[in-house]
Amino acid sequence: MLLLAFALAVTILFVVLRVLGNPVFALISVGATDAEIAAAAARLGVDRPIYVQFAEYLGQLFTFDLGQSFTNRLSVGDEIVRRLNITLPLTLLSFALSVLIAVPVGFFAAWKSRTWYGTAFSALTQLGGAIPVFWVGILLVSVLSLGWRLFPAGGFPRTDWEDPGAALYALALPVVTIAIVAGSDLARYVRSATLDVLGQQYLRAARATGQSFGTAMRRHGIRNGVVPLISILAIQLSTTFVGAVIIERVFALPGLGDMLLVGIKEQDFPSVQGVLLFSTALVLLLGFAADIAQRIIDPRLRDTLSGNRRARAVA
Amino acid sequence: MTSRRLSRVLTAAAAATAGLLVLAGCAAANPGSGTSQTADPAAEIVVGSQNEPTNLDQIFGGSSGVTEVFTGNVYEGLFKITDDAQVEPLLAAETEVSDDGLVYTFTLQDATFHSGKALTADDVKYSLERFIGEDSIAARKRQLSVIDHVDVVDEKTVEVTLLQPSISFTYNLGYVWIVNSEAGDLTTTADGTGPYALADYRKGDSITLDVNEDYWGEAPANGGVVYQYYADPTALNNALLTNAVDLVTSQSNPDSLAEFEAAGFQIIEGTSTTKELLAFNDRVAPFDSVEVRKAVYSAIDRQKLLDAIWDGRGELIGSMVPPSEPWYLDLADNNPYDPALSEDLLAQAGYGDGFTFTLDTPDSGVHSTVAEFVKSELAKVGITVEINIITDDEWYQKVYTDTDFQATLQGHVNDRDINFYGNPDFYWGYDNADVQTWLTESEAATTVEEQTELIKKANQQISDDAASVWLYLNPQLRIAAEGVSGVPQNGLNSLFYVYDITMA
Repeated sequence: MLLLAFALAVTILFVVLRVLGNPVFALISVGATDAEIAAAAARLGVDRPIYVQFAEYLGQLFTFDLGQSFTNRLSVGDEIVRRLNITLPLTLLSFALSVLIAVPVGFFAAWKSRTWYGTAFSALTQLGGAIPVFWVGILLVSVLSLGWRLFPAGGFPRTDWEDPGAALYALALPVVTIAIVAGSDLARYVRSATLDVLGQQYLRAARATGQSFGTAMRRHGIRNGVVPLISILAIQLSTTFVGAVIIERVFALPGLGDMLLVGIKEQDFPSVQGVLLFSTALVLLLGFAADIAQRIIDPRLRDTLSGNRRARAVA
Repeated sequence: MTSRRLSRVLTAAAAATAGLLVLAGCAAANPGSGTSQTADPAAEIVVGSQNEPTNLDQIFGGSSGVTEVFTGNVYEGLFKITDDAQVEPLLAAETEVSDDGLVYTFTLQDATFHSGKALTADDVKYSLERFIGEDSIAARKRQLSVIDHVDVVDEKTVEVTLLQPSISFTYNLGYVWIVNSEAGDLTTTADGTGPYALADYRKGDSITLDVNEDYWGEAPANGGVVYQYYADPTALNNALLTNAVDLVTSQSNPDSLAEFEAAGFQIIEGTSTTKELLAFNDRVAPFDSVEVRKAVYSAIDRQKLLDAIWDGRGELIGSMVPPSEPWYLDLADNNPYDPALSEDLLAQAGYGDGFTFTLDTPDSGVHSTVAEFVKSELAKVGITVEINIITDDEWYQKVYTDTDFQATLQGHVNDRDINFYGNPDFYWGYDNADVQTWLTESEAATTVEEQTELIKKANQQISDDAASVWLYLNPQLRIAAEGVSGVPQNGLNSLFYVYDITMA
């Protein structure tokens, strides 16, 4: 299933890109002759039939080679690795922070759902989740960077992670930006999962046996509440990754998002393909990992693997 | 119990936030630069730009971005084009031209490449042949294809033989990099003779240039330059406002100028070579008629357009030649704004009731705004414009390659590009035998005066024929922080020499 989805993505991407544009036009300037345009196309190899190009591309993929950029001739694989230096920490830190925000906020909103402040918390998460992430970014930049001069308005140290403090400082505002939006989203899921658990019989039963609320939650509530949350978390992690790709533009971070957008602008097929295939693989793998994790935590889900057999036995 | 645990979580969160703010405070308190008023020769200048090179090689479509960062800074030509468009010798210490104007003999400077290799005649031969070679898609390849062959006379002497005399030959050589013939792939590396050497190339982010300690000429006035690239204009402006960059090479949004002026930044306005054109397809009706073209020209209030787009900066031109070129004529009023005249001309051409045409408009830059303006102006004289917005790619295919269009908008950035009007096969299809003769003869002229006279004639003629509507000439706007000086003002054709820039 995983491989099929990936193969489909590879094919669609390859075809769509080639239908949409001609990379030669990004390289030539006004005044170029037909012969020069043809020579440039030949140099890039885009003058050959599309199936020949596709076959060559597949051959490359099997050796884990994402090819060379059309425009700057850098290795796409190396570029992706270099850009992950920014995008990966940005995604993981944003995700971690959004979980840190979402769990207490969501739990609190559920726990106090019958009070006015519980409702207010819940409304806040609705609001936070509805704001476009780039808008939050622009707002934070204008207040915290341009106004109070607390954070840089964008950019990343040219020395990468040589000075981790400087790198983290550069990522602080983008991380907060993504976490506000992603955290609000996630908090709503945490709230409904908690409400769900709070209303369950087993929790009341546990309380009836004299367990404190905390003990009951720890022994029965969390385990049950976490299972549906895991797939949400996996989806949320993918969303955070996509959010990171968008927010890189606002904060002028030279990560994968920048590589993708510039690649599209320059019709640099290998770069665009590389980034999108990497992202697709990442999202597919996250979903797969979430599946496995859920089955480990909840034995009932393991049975669905052999669901057919059981159904037959019952019948 | 539970609420205490919750409060512990909240306390921890608050502490983390406070920690982050302290960290932020420390970094913000760190002063950016010294406060002394004299220029610091060791200061590293950070240049903000939106014009990132596609790659690092000018012959493989590195775009104008590579001219901005490398020409004159990392690579040098045999000649140099100064900021006021003059030609000066650079790597060519001496030049001799044969009487028939066909053989140029250059004696080279004692220069060395960044890799340590001495500059030789072989490198010049290699560079010139590479520039006009089969693989090259360099912008000036056609003009330099006048080279017949290049001979190495000795280590320091090179002889170039032309197919026909070319008076702009040395000017055009000003754009050709002399590269190390032994260097490998130059799309990601560089090896030139310039005052700076490439130190770091981070695609999508920055290009760092270190001072070349062994430079043959005068040492740069600064301690190195970083070009920091921004895809988003707002991000670039924010970087300038927060001192992340010291200057920006080109400001495309006049709306933000007031903010920079108020904040104490210097606004440096020079002349550019970027002309905003409404180009007709002169091959097809109704634009094969001079009257119709002139009618369209006179129906557009260009001053109003310029004010709207550039807040009054930039200037009106009446032909393809900007004031920075030797053959400039003030033709701004040659096709004046005069709707009544426009209606007369239309009637003369047999279009008294107006007509409808499609305007192919690239979706980049200001073109779509200009298109809307043109549409409303032409509506007043009875001409209906149907705007067709296309991508840059489509523009190259539909308009440039297939010449399948009626009219289009385009910004033409190059200097000395009046020559396009001498080529009847160019996308706009302007075909005037006199203009072609004058432009061809001008290139074969033996003196600059003769050349200038001939191009002036062509200049006047294309304007009289309203070959295109030259809407306006963009201003060249740069913004620099206080204390920055030595910034080149004009930047013809994206040239940007950084060696005189200093910071106090």
